[in-house]
Amino acid sequence: MAKKSSRDRLSNEINAGSMADIAFLLLIFFLVTTTIDIDKGITVKLPPWSEEEPDPTKLKSRNVFAVLVNANNQLLVRGEQASTEELKDRAKEFIMNPNNTEDLAEKPTKAIISLKNDRGTNYETYITVYNELTAAYNELWDEEAERLVGQPYSDDLPFEVRKKIKSKIPFVLSEAEPTDFGEEK
Amino acid sequence: MSKFKKKRGGAKPTISTASLPDIIFMLLFFFMVVTVMRDATKKVSVVVPEATELNKLEQKSLVNHIYIGRPIDKKEFGTAPRIQLGDKFATEKDIPLFLEKHKLKVAEVEHPKITTSLRVDESVTMGIITDVKTELRKANQLKLNYSARPRPE
Repeated sequence: MAKKSSRDRLSNEINAGSMADIAFLLLIFFLVTTTIDIDKGITVKLPPWSEEEPDPTKLKSRNVFAVLVNANNQLLVRGEQASTEELKDRAKEFIMNPNNTEDLAEKPTKAIISLKNDRGTNYETYITVYNELTAAYNELWDEEAERLVGQPYSDDLPFEVRKKIKSKIPFVLSEAEPTDFGEEK
Repeated sequence: MSKFKKKRGGAKPTISTASLPDIIFMLLFFFMVVTVMRDATKKVSVVVPEATELNKLEQKSLVNHIYIGRPIDKKEFGTAPRIQLGDKFATEKDIPLFLEKHKLKVAEVEHPKITTSLRVDESVTMGIITDVKTELRKANQLKLNYSARPRPE
C-alpha cells in the first residue's frame, strides 16, 4: 500500500508539450511535398487492335459525320471547311436530325462520327475537336436525361436510366489511321 | 472610470493553447491524405491543353502516366518530342513492358480498370501520339485519358 502511494506521488505523465512541435514538423513536410495536381482529362476508349484493315462496310454516307483535321490544323466537316466553334452544334444536329433532313443521320443509333487527322496535326487542335465532339454527346445526354428524370445527366442517375439514354444515343466515334502529312522531324 | 480599471486588472487574459496540437494534427491529416508523392522527375516539359468535357481520374493506384513533350534539357536531347515513362526517356517500344510492370502492382481483379493517362504537351504533333496509341492498343490497354486542364470561362 505504501509502495503504491509513493508511485502516485510521482507524476508519471508524458510531457505533451512538444507534441505541437512534432506535429508542426510533419505538417511542414507534407505542405512542401504536396502537389494538389488536378488529374483530369478526356476519357477515351480505344478500339481493340486488329491486324487486318477494317473492312469497308457499306455505310450510308448520310450516317457518317466525317471530320478531317489536316496538318495546318484546318477542319473539313462533311466535305466543307468549318471552324471548331460550329462543330458542336453541327454534330448535335447531325445526330438528332430534328427535322428529318435527307442527308443527316437516320436515327441517333446509326450515327457515326469519323475523325481523321494527319500526323502533323497539332495535339491542341486535335483535343479541341475531340472535346467539341464529346461535348455534343454530353449535351444530348443532358437533354435526354432532363426529359426523362428532370435533371442533367450524371453518374448519380440510376443505372437503368443511364443505360436507356446511352442505348438511345450511343457514342460512336471511329478514328481512322492518320495520313503521313506534315510529320515533325 | 476607476470601476472598470479595477476589473480589467484582476483578470489575466491569456489565450489557451491547449487545443493547438489538435488543430495542427487536423491540418496534418488533411495534407497527408491529399498528398501525392511525385514519383518521377520530369524530363520533358508538358503543358496540357485546355478542354471542357473533363472526367476526374479516381483511383490513383490504377493510373499510369505517359508523358510526351519536348526535353527540358535542350542542349543534350534536342527539341524533338520525346516519350517519358517513369523517370526516364523511352520509345514507344518500351510501353508494353512499362504497362506490365504497373500491372504487377495492381490486384488481378482490378486490371480491367487500369487507365493510362496521356500527359501530352499541347505543341506536339499527332504522329508520336498515334504511335503510342497504336502500341497501347496492341498491348490491350484501351482505357485512355487525355490529360487536360479546365478551360477558364
